Amino acid sequence: MLAKMRQKAKDLLSSGVVSTVIGYGEGSGNRVRALFIRKPDDADKLILDERCVQNLAVYLTKREVRALGRPAVVARVPVMRTIQQLMFEKQVAEGEVAVIGISPDSQVLDFPDLKSMAEYVSAIPFELSADEKAAVEKLEKMTAGERWNFWLDVLSGCSKCYACRQSCPLCYCERCTVECNQPQWVSVPSHGLGNLEWHIMRAMHLAGRCVNCGDCFRACPLEIPLNLLTQKIITDIADKFGGADEYALNAFKPDDKEDFIR
Amino acid sequence: MGKKTINVDSLGELFHKIKSGGKRILAPVEKDGVILFGEVASYPEVATGYIQTVFSAKEAVLPRFEEILRFSSEGRDVVIEEESNKPVPTVVFGVRPCDAKSLSVIKAVFERDYPDIFVQSKIDSTTVIGLSCVNSDEYCFCTSVGGAPGDTAGSDLLLTRINDANYLAEIITEKGESIVSSAPELFSEAGNVDKDRHLAQVNRQFDLDELEKRLPALFESPLWAGQSLRCIGCGACSFVCPSCTCFDIQDETDGARGIRLRCWDSCGFAQFTLHTSGHNPRGVQSKRWRQRIMHKFSYQPGELGTAGCVGCGRCSRACPVDMNILQHIKDILEAR
Amino acid sequence: MSEFEPKIIAFVCNWCTYAGADLTGTSRIKYASNVRIVRLPCTGRIDFMLLMKAFSRGADGVIVSGCHPNDCHYTSGNFHARRRWIVFKSLLDFMGIDVRRIHFAWVSAAEGAKWAEVVNSVVNDVRALGPYDGYKNLAPIAADWRIQDAG
Repeated sequence: MLAKMRQKAKDLLSSGVVSTVIGYGEGSGNRVRALFIRKPDDADKLILDERCVQNLAVYLTKREVRALGRPAVVARVPVMRTIQQLMFEKQVAEGEVAVIGISPDSQVLDFPDLKSMAEYVSAIPFELSADEKAAVEKLEKMTAGERWNFWLDVLSGCSKCYACRQSCPLCYCERCTVECNQPQWVSVPSHGLGNLEWHIMRAMHLAGRCVNCGDCFRACPLEIPLNLLTQKIITDIADKFGGADEYALNAFKPDDKEDFIR
Repeated sequence: MGKKTINVDSLGELFHKIKSGGKRILAPVEKDGVILFGEVASYPEVATGYIQTVFSAKEAVLPRFEEILRFSSEGRDVVIEEESNKPVPTVVFGVRPCDAKSLSVIKAVFERDYPDIFVQSKIDSTTVIGLSCVNSDEYCFCTSVGGAPGDTAGSDLLLTRINDANYLAEIITEKGESIVSSAPELFSEAGNVDKDRHLAQVNRQFDLDELEKRLPALFESPLWAGQSLRCIGCGACSFVCPSCTCFDIQDETDGARGIRLRCWDSCGFAQFTLHTSGHNPRGVQSKRWRQRIMHKFSYQPGELGTAGCVGCGRCSRACPVDMNILQHIKDILEAR
Repeated sequence: MSEFEPKIIAFVCNWCTYAGADLTGTSRIKYASNVRIVRLPCTGRIDFMLLMKAFSRGADGVIVSGCHPNDCHYTSGNFHARRRWIVFKSLLDFMGIDVRRIHFAWVSAAEGAKWAEVVNSVVNDVRALGPYDGYKNLAPIAADWRIQDAG
C-alpha cells in the first residue's frame, strides 16, 4: 500500500493535477510529521504507518498552503470526514482538493472527486470506540460535584497555548471568539474562569462538527483529555437527534425531544 | 564559594529546614503522567527520572498570569491599588542548568528600558537549587548555546548526583550559601570530585556566533516559508519556553472595579501583531516563525548580549507538528 | 443577615416572551422582582456565551424563553435554539456546572400568567439553592471581591 500511495502521489504531481501532496514523513524522535511534497521524486519520502494520525486537513485552510496551488492530501477516515464537513461549510469546494484515501484496513483508495469520497466515508458508521464510550460514561456516573472538581483539576494546568484550537482543522476561523474583545467573551488569562469558559466554548463551537480525530488531545502539551467534551457531544447528538447527513446543529426536527423546557 | 556533598536521604530534612524558614518550595512533580513544577510540602513528592518538565521554572518569576494592580472608581476619583502582587519567598528545587540560565535572559529583558518590579522582586526572592543533568535526549542542545549539563550559571546551589548516595552541592551565590548554612549538619566537605564524569553528554551541534552573523542576511530568504509550512500557529513553543517573555495586559472589570492582569502571549499567534487598522505586519505564519528565530538568535544577542534560547529543547518536544528547532537551525546554517 | 435574594437574568425573544412579560404587567399580575430581562430578536439569537456571561457576572440563575414550537417569527429559530439548548445543557452538566440554575420555557405573547409563574418558580428554586459563587469566583477578580465584601 505504501508503494501504491507513493505512486499515486507521483502521478498526481507529474500529471500536474495537483501541485502539492500533503502526507506524512519521518520526523524527529520516532515521531512523524506533515510533509509537503512538490516534486514527483520526493514522493518516496512519504510514509504510512500507525503513527500517521495527524489530521492533515488542518492545512487545507491555511493561507500559505493554499498559495502553493491545488493540494492532494493523504486522508484516513477522520481526515475524509473533515473534508466532507469543510465542504459542507463551504471551506473546500469540489475540484479544489484531491484525496489520496486510506481505508481503515490501510488500502489506498481512488476517488474521482470529493463527492465520491463523501459517499464512501458517509457509509462508515461514525461512533466512539468502546474505550472512548467508557471514558465518557465514567464521568457521567459521577456526581455533579465530582465532575466539577474533575474538570477544574484537569483544566487548571491549561496555559491557553491554543494548540487544541490550532491543530483542529475545523477551527479555521481567522478570528476566534476568544479574540473578540468588545465584549470580552472569554477571559484571556488562563485562570480558572478563563480556562473553563474557553473549553466550554471550544466544545460548543465544534458541536455537530467534530469528527473525533483526536488531534486536540494529541496537541495538548499537558495531555488534557479535552476531547472528552466533544466526545460527550457526539454521544448526545447520536442519542438525541439520530444520524444526520449534514451537521446536527445546522438542522432540526420539529419533534426533537427534550424534557426540560416548560 | 565552596563544594559540599549532601546525602540523598538528607534532602527530606533540608526541605523541612527550608519550609520552616518560611519559604515555599517549587519542585518537579508528576501530575496525570506529566512532570510540572508545583508546590511541594515534602521531599518525597518530588519527581525523579525525567529529562525535562513540560513547563519551565520561569513560572516562578513570570507566572502565566499575575495581578499588576486593582482599580475602582469612587465618585469622581479613581483609586489605584498596587500592593497586592508581592513575591512569596521561594526556593525552586530541581532546576535544570538550562532553566537556571534562562532566568538571566528573563532578568535582562525586564531590566531593559525600565526595571520591571514584578519580575525583579520575584527573581530577588527566589533561590534556585539547580540539578545537573545525568540524562539528555535528542532535543537537548544546551552546549550549542553556551550552556552545559552541569553549568552553574543561574543556580544559587547546584546539585550533581555523584553516586547512589550523594549529591555534590556547589555553592554559587550567597543565597545558596544561606541554604547550606541553614542546615550545616546535612552537608559534608567535598573532596576532589570529577563532576564531569557524572554528567550527561550533550554534543555541540552548531556555532551560535555564526548563526547570529548569518541571520540578518536571511531576512527575506524563502527558507522561512518552507520551514513553517507545517507550523499550525499555536503558542505551545512560547509557553513552554524558559526564556520567552512576551506578555499581554488584560483588564477584567466588574462594575466600577477592575483588576489588571499580565498574562503570557506568543508571537506565534496570528493576532499578536494585528494593528487596530486591520494591517498585520506578520500576517502569515512564515513571518511569525522568522520572528521567533530572529528574536532569539539575532535581535536578543544584539540587545541583551545573550541569546534568547538556552537549548532546553522544550519547544521541539511540545510541538504538535514536530517543528524541531535544532534541525531548523542547522538548516538555516546550511542555507546559501 | 437578610434572606438571600437571587439575581436572575432572563434572555427572551422579542416576539413572544417579551410581549408576554409586558402582558403580565398590564394584567397587573404580581411576580418576583428578581428578574432582569434582556430582549433579543429570537431564541435563535440567544448565544450560549450570553448565558456564560450572565453567570460570570454574578447571576444566580438564568431563564431562556421564546416562542412555542411552530410559532417562530422567523419560522425555525426556536427549533435551532432547542437543539443547541439540548447539547449545551448536557455539556454543562457533564462539566459539573449547576444546571439547576438554567431554566428554559416557551412563553407566548398571550401567556402573561405563565411568565409570572415561570419567574416565581425559578426564583423560588434558585433561592433554595443559594448564591452561585462557584462559577464566577473562578475569576480572581470576583473571588477576591467576594472576600472583601464579606469582610
